[in-house]
Amino acid sequence: MSDKPEDKKPEPAKTAPVPAAAPAAAAPAAPKPAAPKYVPPEPVLNRKNGRLIEDRFTTWPTQVFINRWSRSGYQAGAAMLTGILLGLAVTGGVVGELAKWADKFYALLTAVAAAKGLPVLAVEIAWVAIKVLIVLHIVLINGLWSIWWERKISAHIQSRVGPTYAGSPSGWNFHGWAQTAIDGIKLLLKEDVTPAAADKWVHALAPGLVVAPCIIAFAPVLFGDNMAAASLDIGTLYIFAFAGISVIGIVMAGWASGNKYSLLGGLRGAAQIVSYELPRGFSVVPVLMFAGSLDLQVISNAQAGYWHGIPRWFVFYPVVGQLAFVIFLIASVAETNRTPFDIPEAESELVSGFHTEYSGMKWSIFFLAEYAYVLLGSFLLATFFLGGGASPINSVPFTLVPSWMWMLAKAMLMMFVFLWIRWTLPRFRVDQLMDFTWKFLLPWSFVNIAIAGLYLAFWLK
Amino acid sequence: MSNALMQTHDASTMAGLKTDQLFINLGPQHPSTHGVLRIGLTIEGEVIVKAVPDIGYLHRGTEKLSEVRNYHHCVVLTDRWDYVSAMPNNLVFCLAAEKLAGVKTTPRADALRVIMCEMNRIASHLLFFGTYGIDLGAYTPFLYAFREREMVLDLFEMLCGARLTYNYIRLGGVMVDASPEWLKRTSEFLEYFKPRLDEYDTLLTYNPIFMARTKGIGIVSAAEAKDWALSGPNLRGSGVNYDVRKFAPYSGYENYDFEVPLGKDGSCWDRYFCRVSEMRQSVRIVSQAIAKLPEGPFQASGFAKVPKPIAGESYANVEASRGDLGIYLASDGGISPYRMHVHAPSFINLAMLQDKLVGMKVSDVIALLGSIDIVLGEVDR
Repeated sequence: MSDKPEDKKPEPAKTAPVPAAAPAAAAPAAPKPAAPKYVPPEPVLNRKNGRLIEDRFTTWPTQVFINRWSRSGYQAGAAMLTGILLGLAVTGGVVGELAKWADKFYALLTAVAAAKGLPVLAVEIAWVAIKVLIVLHIVLINGLWSIWWERKISAHIQSRVGPTYAGSPSGWNFHGWAQTAIDGIKLLLKEDVTPAAADKWVHALAPGLVVAPCIIAFAPVLFGDNMAAASLDIGTLYIFAFAGISVIGIVMAGWASGNKYSLLGGLRGAAQIVSYELPRGFSVVPVLMFAGSLDLQVISNAQAGYWHGIPRWFVFYPVVGQLAFVIFLIASVAETNRTPFDIPEAESELVSGFHTEYSGMKWSIFFLAEYAYVLLGSFLLATFFLGGGASPINSVPFTLVPSWMWMLAKAMLMMFVFLWIRWTLPRFRVDQLMDFTWKFLLPWSFVNIAIAGLYLAFWLK
Repeated sequence: MSNALMQTHDASTMAGLKTDQLFINLGPQHPSTHGVLRIGLTIEGEVIVKAVPDIGYLHRGTEKLSEVRNYHHCVVLTDRWDYVSAMPNNLVFCLAAEKLAGVKTTPRADALRVIMCEMNRIASHLLFFGTYGIDLGAYTPFLYAFREREMVLDLFEMLCGARLTYNYIRLGGVMVDASPEWLKRTSEFLEYFKPRLDEYDTLLTYNPIFMARTKGIGIVSAAEAKDWALSGPNLRGSGVNYDVRKFAPYSGYENYDFEVPLGKDGSCWDRYFCRVSEMRQSVRIVSQAIAKLPEGPFQASGFAKVPKPIAGESYANVEASRGDLGIYLASDGGISPYRMHVHAPSFINLAMLQDKLVGMKVSDVIALLGSIDIVLGEVDR
């Protein structure tokens, strides 16, 4: 031990060949022996094992965070994002309203059917089938998209970069675009384990019962002006009614897994979703009062027009709009069991809550449902509070963008808010969660209804 | 006692409702028991009726192993107790062995030891900060904490080649001297790290949900904390001003100007806040130590390569990241200790769980357990 200092003296000379390897990496193509004898700099190295550590620390992280926007990667990324958004907007402007194309397609279908002598009923059935398939695929593609997006957003919120590799091993792996697709394939190939203690049928049925009502609830959802699969007079009520059914699937999953953590998760889920249904429903009541209808299209139309440049969206109605928006947003997050309200699956407490005992595709179906609910919540927020397909600015380049693109943009903005909330906040405790809804959200949504009544009586006569 | 608690609980919330109790195993395989702690929880709904911590899943018998190893070899064992902050473990063993063998360290070695221990405290508390966020459902602070912890570990790797089990502090000094380059980078890191601490406060410390989850939860009064012989931030969170660095300075801690952050009421938030504040103090200590790092040898000379202390015993304790870590060494004059005993803060801090958990909710179990900040390697040794 004590002769350590003497050991150290000859070390630079001894390790001289080792550091020589590092600069050689910079110029490996020049193996000329004629080069003058290279004298390595004093290496910063661990003298114990001779490992050179200079290379890894050339970008010492303290330098990285100084000014991100001066880095070419950030500038290129911003330019690319702007390009993508502009390209999408221009494409939208060229394509125009999708409802128009749908009408044309329907007319074509009728004409073909008439030419072939098919009954009108067959056309109707085919038309409904097409619409159902479109809605189904919106939900499925949303799973692919929003999981990837969530991974990227969460990564950047958390000072990471997220998926970067999946796509093509050598080619176009743009920000790991294929990550969820590959994950999906992996989940399909995974073993589907049903625990010995589980109630097999209920265990297998539960994921379906969670996701099916969610897809059904998409029927009256407005994707643009006159772009709902089913134009229902009671659209709002219908969506809330079906979205509430999923909780049965969660309780079933929790109960049938034969796991105590799952059971606790299922019970928590039931309590939470039932509680948050109330403020969620009541927060929309002012919107329904202003619009005078439960039909999503009427609600969207009621927000057309501008007050001195400010769009007449319900979120801009003083006090009542913002309050309703916030309550509806919070309740929607709670409905989706996401982080400040993820007590049914509270990872650190209940392992995974109600889906602890699920694996493979059954497990991923729960996530499909979760993301479908996020999408549903986003579209509802856009329809109820953000004017549906209306342009935020009443001037030419913006009003040319078709309603479905505005709708999508607003829904994506809201989805971003969902993701943002999830990766920012800690989790509530069960009783705090209940306190929050019963003592805060619900009373305030009642107050909100009263204010909306006053508005209707004195202002919006 | 638990009966009385049950009655009050019945009277307050359940009001005569007859419900079944459920026994759940929290651990040993559970995301937030921080290792392999098992707590047998009996719950009624969400409320804990009985909690029985069960330890020993990570027992490796290091105390016994040390009896057949010489004093240098024992340092390697110490790394494995509190593997999140191994430097103080190295240090406390070396202090005890140096007392026993009569070795006097050099000033530079002392300063390097202080630097490393405090850097390790930062790394350890960063891990606590991150995992405590995860325990309470906030995933983002974890990554931020690890971003900085990674730099500390890089610095450690730069100096001693190891990122977790360092074996850096040796008898009579340290393994290797810190180069000027390393000291420069450490100073750079400290400059970088100070504003990050404010960032953490915005991320987690003053988050309303976080405060609601931790303030007033798991309150340990000062008297209780003393009764349970808690130490470290768990004790100071209850407002008891006891820090070995101030109380019985070692390795020249008396030369540095720093404060001992204290909590108010001993709730989870106070314990958490003590740790976050301690990181600031550690930054201060390391800055001072680097500024006045004495020149000279980093290893004491003039003692036997394989120390063979005379028969006797010694005790040394240091303020490790988790509390008052002590080593009792007894020598019979041989090359290896006759007996080594570890006064492990995690083990002692853990003991209060049994009483404290009763009457809490399942979520609060995690909040309390996380705030005690145990490392099972040290609990079981």
